Order: sequence, then C-alpha cells, then structure tokens
Amino acid sequence: MLELRQKYAINGILLYVFSTIFVVQLSFGRVIDDTTWIALFWIILLFAAFNAVSKSFVQESSARRLYYFTLASPVSVVVSKMIYNALLMIFLGGLSLGIYTLFMGMPALGMALFLPAFVLGCIGLATAITMVSAIASRTGNNAALTAILGFPVVLPLLLLLIKASQLSLSRSVADIQMLKLLLSITLIDAVVVILAIVLFPYLWRD
Amino acid sequence: MERLTETKIPVKGLWWKLTGLVLVLYSVIAGLLIDVPQLPVIHQSIRNLFYHVCMWFGMFVMYGTALVYSIKYLARYRLEDDLYVSGAVYTGLFFGTLGLLTGMLWAKFTWGDFWTNDPQLNGAAVSMMAYLAYAVLRSSIDEVAMRARISAVYNIFAFMLLVIFLGVLPRLADSSLHPGKGGNSSTMEGLDMTMRMVFWPAVIGWILIAVWLLTLNVRYRKLKLKIHLNQTQS
Repeated sequence: MLELRQKYAINGILLYVFSTIFVVQLSFGRVIDDTTWIALFWIILLFAAFNAVSKSFVQESSARRLYYFTLASPVSVVVSKMIYNALLMIFLGGLSLGIYTLFMGMPALGMALFLPAFVLGCIGLATAITMVSAIASRTGNNAALTAILGFPVVLPLLLLLIKASQLSLSRSVADIQMLKLLLSITLIDAVVVILAIVLFPYLWRD
Repeated sequence: MERLTETKIPVKGLWWKLTGLVLVLYSVIAGLLIDVPQLPVIHQSIRNLFYHVCMWFGMFVMYGTALVYSIKYLARYRLEDDLYVSGAVYTGLFFGTLGLLTGMLWAKFTWGDFWTNDPQLNGAAVSMMAYLAYAVLRSSIDEVAMRARISAVYNIFAFMLLVIFLGVLPRLADSSLHPGKGGNSSTMEGLDMTMRMVFWPAVIGWILIAVWLLTLNVRYRKLKLKIHLNQTQS
C-alpha cells in the first residue's frame, strides 16, 4: 500500500482537499446556489482523484514493478490496485464531502439518490484514473501525461455525475430518469473495469 | 528486429479513388445547384448538410479503422498495423477539425453562435481531446514497438468510453439543437428525394477520400520508419 509506505502522500492529498475547499469558501463566500455547489464539489473531487490515484503506478519504482511482476499475475495486480484506489477514493470523497459541508453548507440533496451516485462516481473515477496512470507510467514524462490522457476519459463520467447530483436535488425517490442515469454510470464503471482487466496485461509485460 | 512487409492496400486499383473523387465533385456541384426544401431557420444553409455531416462520417470511419487495427496490433504485434492505427487517427483528426469548422460556421448562421452548449458538441470536443491526447502519448515514447503497444491500449480504452459517451449522453439530455436527438424531429426523415440523391453519394465519396488519404499517410510513414529502422540497425 503506497499511501502507508509514503505517509506524506496521503497527508498531502488531505491538505490539498482542505486548502481547495478553503479557497472556494474565501472566493465564493458561504452562499452559493445549489448548481454551483454541485459543480464545484465534483471539480474538487476530480482533481483530488487525479492527485491521489495517479500515484498508484507512477510512483512505484521500476525495481518494485519487477518484483510484482515475478510475484503476481497482471490481472490480480490491476484488480487489487483498482479495489484499493476505489476504497481510497470513497474515503477521500466522504472526507471532502464532510469538509465541504462544514465550510459551504449543504443544499437539500435527496441523500438516498445522491449517495449511490456519489459512491459509483468515486469508484468510476478511481478505476479509470488507475488505468490511465498505468498507461502513463510506461512513458517518460508521466506526471503531466496522466492528466492529459485521463481528462477525456473521465469527462463523460463527470458530466453524468453532475447531472445525477442535480436530479437528486429536486426529488427524494428514484424515478425513471434517475434510474437511467445511475444505470449509465454503473455501465461506465463496468466497462472501465472490464477494459482494464483485458488490456492491462499488454501494458504490464516488457 | 521487426520486419516490415510490403504495403498491402486493402482494395487495389485506381477505380475507387476515381469514384471517390467523382462523387465528391458531384456532391459539391450538385449540392449548390439543386432545389432544397424551404425550412424555417436553416433556409439555404441546409446545403451544409452535404459537407458538414460527411466530415463526421469520414471521421467515424477513420476512428473505427483505428480501433480495428489497434486490436489487430495487440493480437499479432506487426508494426504495419500500428502505422494504420496512427494514420487513421491523424486522418480522423483532420476530418474532425473540418467537421468542427463547418459545423461552427453553420451554427453561427442558424443558432446565432459559433459554440453552443449542446451534447453533440460536447461529444465532438471530448473526442477531439481524446485523440489529441493520443497524439501526445505517441510522441512521448521513443521506442517504436513500445510506442505501438501502449498507444494501441490507450486507443481501445478511449474509444470504448467515447462510444458510451456519444451513444448514451445525447439520449439522456433533455434538449439538443441537433436534429434527431432529444425529441427533435430527424432531418433524415424530412430529407426529400433530391437531397438524398446528393447526400448519400457525398458520404460515400468522402469516406473513399478518407481511405485514400489513410493509405497515402501509411505508405509515407512506412518509408520513414524503414529509414529510421535502418539507421538504428547500422
């Protein structure tokens, strides 16, 4: 577990989340309308995800990669990385949600609808960026490349998430439109995971 | 060292290139001359259908080709396939840029703005970004076989997500300015017979031109790769 080996990494991300939310509070004031609240929340979470998850392959040394290579099959490596990153992302997202609510207040979100979208969104962001980070780690200048490669990949997910959150503003029980949105987010998550499992072995070997 | 095989053009001969040229010429001339139905808002600018929509058709065929050759490359590791992937992506980017430009011009005159917040436009922008990112990824890896493998993986990954994005999101959106989406009536249904007689030949013609550009691109870069491999060998 990378974050336990490098304590500064997780502390850095936590500090990043905290200071971003603080900057948002300073620049917007406490009163913002609900749509802005949602958009800002997901943007903060997107950049937190890039910061947190992109480390998963990029910061591994090549010696350690070789060690994993002899030890485990590529599929189990990528699946474990994705599970770990998804959990990390849910933890991080929950924490940001808490701090964000503390500073910016909370609009009347239908929690029964917002939370599933939130959890699915965290999983999707984490898995997609894990895969992109695996691609970027095989190139020379990988820090910038993760963002460039990852942005088009996560943008569809992000738009769906913002839409789902906005829908959960006005209602508390699921209707057909909300179910369709949640279903497409789940679909994206599933496709990302399947593609990662199929494609990762090609990245892993030398 | 991987060897390059002789260039095998999928369809040999001159006839399909000439067909493409003739069809495109025909659509350009006929597209300006035929009678078009008088519709509100778009009026005469409906003629742009013959040019703008064909660009997207060409682009999608190129990206589809890139996907097929990516899978082929990962299946049998031949550098030739990688040339087809990247060539198709570059040609697709070229067509996508033209499609954006013609679309922006059209949007300015019918919707009053060069860029509107439309699910279709978002999709176009994201796919442009994804394939530009692909180009950046390629240029950041020096080793030829490694570059081919990594970029093929990214190409498949990005394409699949784009398909979902382009397929799902416009249908979820409440409204779209583009016809045929979000409850708007489709232009294709309203397309009268004379317009169809120009539109479909134009689509086929532009697709043939796209394939021609692709083969030219592949042949040119194959020669460059040969020189590169010879230099590194000696």
